[in-house]
Amino acid sequence: MKKILILGAGTAGTIMANKLHQVLPHDEWQVTIVDQNETHIYQPGLLFIPFNIYTCNDVIKPKRDFIPQEVELIMSGIDVIEPEKNRVKLANNQVLSYDYLIIATGSHLAPDETEGLLGDGWNKNIFEFYTLEGACNLQKFLKHWSGGKMVLNIVEMPIKCPVAPLEFLFLADWWFTEQGIRDKVDLTFVTPLPGAFTKPKAASILGDFLDKKNIHLVTEFNTGSVDSSANKIVSFDGKEVEYDLLITIPTNMGDAVIERSGLGDELNFVPTHKHTLQSKAYENVYVIGDATDLPSSKAGSVAHFQADVLIENIQRAIDGLPLVEEFDGHANCFIESGFGKGLLIDFNYDVEPLPGKFPLPGIGPFSLLQETKANHWGKMMFRWIYWNLLLRGSELPIQAQMNMAGKTK
Amino acid sequence: MPVREIAGVHVDFDDEGFMTNPDQWTEEIAKALAEEEGISELTEGHWKVINFIRNDYKEKGQPPTIRRMNKVGGIATKDLYDWFPQGPAKKAAKIAGLGKPQGCV
Repeated sequence: MKKILILGAGTAGTIMANKLHQVLPHDEWQVTIVDQNETHIYQPGLLFIPFNIYTCNDVIKPKRDFIPQEVELIMSGIDVIEPEKNRVKLANNQVLSYDYLIIATGSHLAPDETEGLLGDGWNKNIFEFYTLEGACNLQKFLKHWSGGKMVLNIVEMPIKCPVAPLEFLFLADWWFTEQGIRDKVDLTFVTPLPGAFTKPKAASILGDFLDKKNIHLVTEFNTGSVDSSANKIVSFDGKEVEYDLLITIPTNMGDAVIERSGLGDELNFVPTHKHTLQSKAYENVYVIGDATDLPSSKAGSVAHFQADVLIENIQRAIDGLPLVEEFDGHANCFIESGFGKGLLIDFNYDVEPLPGKFPLPGIGPFSLLQETKANHWGKMMFRWIYWNLLLRGSELPIQAQMNMAGKTK
Repeated sequence: MPVREIAGVHVDFDDEGFMTNPDQWTEEIAKALAEEEGISELTEGHWKVINFIRNDYKEKGQPPTIRRMNKVGGIATKDLYDWFPQGPAKKAAKIAGLGKPQGCV
């Protein structure tokens, strides 16, 4: 039997396990997937937990439920990847050899990278919402908060789901309005970027939303340290912003096993060919999802579009054909904007988010870069699509490459 | 693409004032560009940064991030902000004759 080994059973790894199971002959190929956690978290749902829209239990299911029976699932940490020897050593002392390796080890928060962030204020008046634990802690805190200055701070780019901080602010504006304390809450967004978002056109439209919702914006702020005793964040060049409640988006980093294996860049992301998803260092190693160093968004939609290209390329590699260079950086994100409305953006490496209709040109039902109720319902329905279609590697009616039809320049 | 004379030679720039051909770069050009950026004298620290990012660019094909200058180049982030105030990654890349560092996503 020949072997394909997948490291990580998050969104990207799970989709690949399902797709490989669908296309490879089971008498020739053994697919194995390794992960250290039993629980799959629907990460787009974490955003809704602090505002009591989802409960903590609404976003979790057992990982095992999404891995086909013929795929071997091993629950263990990963000690080291040894690509020269085509093998991986697990924390449980197992050694797995492979013909092809797919790295899908994701990214995680590294609050310890910022001086003072894990100090006395952590989980008291400093919270994050990118982990289940963090989102649930914040839910409890917000339930009893009577108001003050809330600062949302992106410490450093790149981050997972770059629209989530904006969505958090829009939902906070709505939530505090619902609670009847919006007049007692000052909302400020502090970002290292020159605007509200990474792409200029969307940044300007989203910036207008911030204005309209009376959310203050502080740009080009590179957080150097957090001072819990004085409740302020301090930039490397000495600027300060005070807070009563700090919502932090800490530095995002790839898994420590990437560093232990000497496979990563300075953030432990794996250098990857941007159109084929092959590792730059090893021919039989591929990288997908948040684990790559690609200049595409770290988001589930991106992992999904990448999987369409990667499944093609793994089959081509097996058949000795040249790889297709078809991944174009495509990302598609609903942006919850509060009060039951949302926006949608669709973009890739070269084309920034533009207005228009999606997925059917001129028809929709979703509107790009415009606030509508349909976009909000699209986002809420997506949880069902995620669990029932996307993770299981089913075809969705959206092609992997971005399409210009329906967009206006 | 605008061409202008700096330190006595004609050099290619993009619209944001970043050089488009790193091979045209000289130390004299660096000094002139630094002055335009409000840095009157390039100290030993400045040169350490400039040399690191030029070498790193040759290896990687893109200007390094602040984190990379810190982790790989051993340059303290605080120093970077002292030497190249307001956006050290961009400013240092500009003076070192490299393109604008890639934006994030």
